[in-house]
Amino acid sequence: MKAHLIYFDGRGLGESIRLILATVGIEFEETYLQDAAHVERLRQAGDLLFMQVPMLEIDGMKLVQTNAIIRYIARKYAMYGKTLEQKTRIDVLYDGARDFIMKFVYIGWNKGKEDDSKSVKENAVPRYLPVFEKELSKTSSGYFVGDDLSMADLAVLESLLYCDDYFPAVLEDYPKLKEFKDRLSSLPRIKAFLNGPQRKGKTTEEYILHCRKVWGWI
Amino acid sequence: MKAHLTYFDGRGSGESIRLILATVGIEFEETYLQDAAHVNRLRQAGDLLFMQVPMLEIDGMKLVQTNAIIRYIARKYDMYGKTLEQKTRIDVLYDGARDFIIKFLYTGWNKGMEEDSKSVKENAVPRYLPVFEKELYCSSSDYFVGDDLSMADLAVLESLLYCDEYFPDVLEDYPKLREFKDRLSSLPRIKAFLNGPQRKGKNTEEYIMHCRKVWGWI
Repeated sequence: MKAHLIYFDGRGLGESIRLILATVGIEFEETYLQDAAHVERLRQAGDLLFMQVPMLEIDGMKLVQTNAIIRYIARKYAMYGKTLEQKTRIDVLYDGARDFIMKFVYIGWNKGKEDDSKSVKENAVPRYLPVFEKELSKTSSGYFVGDDLSMADLAVLESLLYCDDYFPAVLEDYPKLKEFKDRLSSLPRIKAFLNGPQRKGKTTEEYILHCRKVWGWI
Repeated sequence: MKAHLTYFDGRGSGESIRLILATVGIEFEETYLQDAAHVNRLRQAGDLLFMQVPMLEIDGMKLVQTNAIIRYIARKYDMYGKTLEQKTRIDVLYDGARDFIIKFLYTGWNKGMEEDSKSVKENAVPRYLPVFEKELYCSSSDYFVGDDLSMADLAVLESLLYCDEYFPDVLEDYPKLREFKDRLSSLPRIKAFLNGPQRKGKNTEEYIMHCRKVWGWI
């Protein structure tokens, strides 16, 4: 049974959901927010619990809240650890990786793409990459927590793909993370997604403008 | 065994952790960030994984990331539902309530207490309160999910306490939430915490200035 994602035609928060859906093998269709009237219709229909997107229709539910959606899929597909200790470690690393991803999501929204990127490179990259490099060095499995791919691995992967996109040489200083990124990007379903038609592109000025219009901010 | 919270002498993200610790009966000591040098000592010592607070020392771990800390306590004390469906519902409501709480956290940080509060009242209150009123109405128990107190109940409670403080009459329009707030605030441990010495006060300009100095922003 297919899932259905409602979001913008861009990465943002939706991309993390697309990545885990693809990883576990759930096919999904997408509805992109067209304009302010479209959002209003969805809100009037009661489909968006907190009037926000992403919203994922899956298994008879209309789920909102990006991290809740991802936790649902992770639990269902055994990507959330086995023990209390593993679940906790996953949460710490996942939440940290989400903070890092959000820095990339907002590039272009604050002071413009150049200034925002510079800020991420100077502040966020040195905060997160050394931590993830060290945490990965603590495990022998090739994954951040336990012996299997978890939601924490996917969140770190997504942040590393952003690093690659925005700061091409930066992973040279983080050999374990570079190998991790290359290895996970080559897993069949992840590779197919990253090279496929549902993978969205980097933020552009047009995209940001479109989002602002949809939300009625301009 | 006691826990130890490192945070500011203020609510912020720390208050949510204080509330759940008190609710489940874990005694805790606190270290308040004094100044920039203090933060740097903690960072040098390697105690703050992502160089941030809150950090909770508990059960031999130094946990960071507010929501990861709360999930750890919730899992350990059976406040995270029993079924996949319950856990998912808890995540959706908890994450939504956290978004609402954060609006209150930032009052005074953007355009000043008066304007920020006005914005919360006009935008956040009408977004979240009707949803929580309806979700509570649809629940078959006196709690949001299942038959017992969960981390979702505490997060909504915290947001309602903020509502009460900032907008004293607003809960008159939400009778189920008003009753919920009164009832949970009267539970012995929660009541003791809310009336006790570890409960922190509303944001002040001095507090915001102190935080900014500690982070080196001024």
